[in-house]
This record gives sequence, structure tokens and C-alpha cells, in this order.
Amino acid sequence: MNLGPHADFIVAAYAVTIFVVAALVAWVVLDYLAQQRILGALEERGVTRRSHRKG
Amino acid sequence: MPVIDLANPSRFLSIVNRLLPWLMAATIVLFAIGLFGAMNAPDDYQQGATVKIMFLHVPAAWLGMFGWGLMSIAALGTLVWRHPLADVAGKAAAPIGAAFTFICLVTGSLWGRPTWGTYWVWDARLTSMLILLLLYLGVIALYWTAEEPGRGARAAAILSLVGAVNLPIIKFSVDWWNTLHQPASVFRIGGSKIDPALLTPLLVMALAFTLLFVTLHLASMRNEILRRRVRSIRLLQAQELAEAT
Repeated sequence: MNLGPHADFIVAAYAVTIFVVAALVAWVVLDYLAQQRILGALEERGVTRRSHRKG
Repeated sequence: MPVIDLANPSRFLSIVNRLLPWLMAATIVLFAIGLFGAMNAPDDYQQGATVKIMFLHVPAAWLGMFGWGLMSIAALGTLVWRHPLADVAGKAAAPIGAAFTFICLVTGSLWGRPTWGTYWVWDARLTSMLILLLLYLGVIALYWTAEEPGRGARAAAILSLVGAVNLPIIKFSVDWWNTLHQPASVFRIGGSKIDPALLTPLLVMALAFTLLFVTLHLASMRNEILRRRVRSIRLLQAQELAEAT
């Protein structure tokens, strides 16, 4: 594949897109893991939502 | 399943948990097909290989606008119907829409230098797209800095509805004003002006990016619901502590 005389611009466009999408995916995944961890820790200490309480 | 069930965050979470693996797989497959098509697409007779930037730039532009459209509908849900997930949907869409708008602006700039001879001009299309990015940043700031989430959500919803005025300006800027940016060439009366050899990979890439947006949006909505659960548990805990002392 020959990208011609403007290869730098094409490669830079794809690199920026991959970087931004990867950062977005990482943020969403890490945020999910963080919320799961906090909820797990709270439940372990017996702190739950009112709707989940018995009695 | 009645549609009203989706208003229940727990029900919504169980649907999203089942849906996300399939959406992720479909997104990866579509990107593989789309990128293969993009890399093997012929050069444009005028722009040469730089036309490959189109496969990123155009879907990113569409999704930047789609994100704001989604936030506007969510804003109506927040302000008019007070749907419990509307505010969650609006908040989750903002950073994703901003990221796609940013990609659109950067790739457009990198495409503009070899084809127009400049990275940036203050023409109507480019400027209205930059305004969209600034509006996104404003909404994100409102959501994340409000001390009381409900108040932040209402302010963000109002800004989302006001900012929706910018969408037709972006779309028709190339018709209303004399711009350096080319006029619409995919969705236009009389059919697309793009050769099928370039149009097919473009549409596959657009579909792949759209699925990526939907996947990230649903995953982000799930995060927001969990964050709100953490907040409500902590508030309840603090309230109980205050009552006990």
C-alpha cells in the first residue's frame, strides 16, 4: 500500500483516532471496575441500598 | 417485554449486561471489514491517498452531531417526562460525543493541510464544528461540577436543547455560506457523488463507528447508574449515622 507524498498526514490522522478511541475505551472500562470495586466494598461492610434490605 | 421496563435501572442493567458482549464483537468485526476496505480503497483522482482520512473524518463528524442529537432527546426526557434514565443517557453521551467531535476536527485539519494548503480556516463548517466541541465541554463541566446532580442535570439539559440549534447550522453551513469545506456528497438529493469503491468502505466504517458509539454509550450509562447507587448508599449511610448520634 503506497500512501504517497502525504503519508505523514494519513498516519497522523489514524494515530490520533486510535489514541482517542483507546483512551475512551480505557476510561469506560476503568470507571466500571472502579464503581464495581466501591459497591463491592460497601456491600462487604453490610451497607446496601434501602430496597435491598430485608425486613 | 414492555418498553416501560427500560425505565427501571436494574432491568436496564441486566439488558445492557447481556447486550454488551454482542455489540463489542459486532463492532470489532465491522472495524476489521471497514479498515480492510479503507486500506484497499483506490486513491482519489484529485486528492490521492489522503482520501483515506475520509474514512475517519466523515463518521466522526456524523457521530459528533449524532451525540448532540441524542443528548437533546435525553434533555427532553429529563425536563419534560422526568424519565429516570434520560439524565443518565445525556451525561453518558457527552464525553463520547466530544471525543468524536475532537477526532473530526483533528483529522479534518490533517486532511485540510495537503488538500487546501492550510490546517484551519474560520469558515462556517469548521467554526460551527468547533462551537459544537466547546458546547460539549460546557455540558461536561455542568454535569461534573454541579454540587447537586439534579440541578446540574437540568442545567445541562437546557444547554443541550439550546445547543441543538447548532446542528442544522453545521449541516447546512456549506449551503448557506461560501465555505472552503466541500458541500454534502454522501446524503444529498440526487444520490451520493462518491464512487462506490470509496462509498462502500466509508459506509462500513460509519456503521462500525456508530456501533462503537452505541457500545460505549451503553457501557457508560451502566457506569453512571452504578455511580449513582454508590452515591445513594453513601448518603443513606451518612443520614443513618446522623440520626444515630
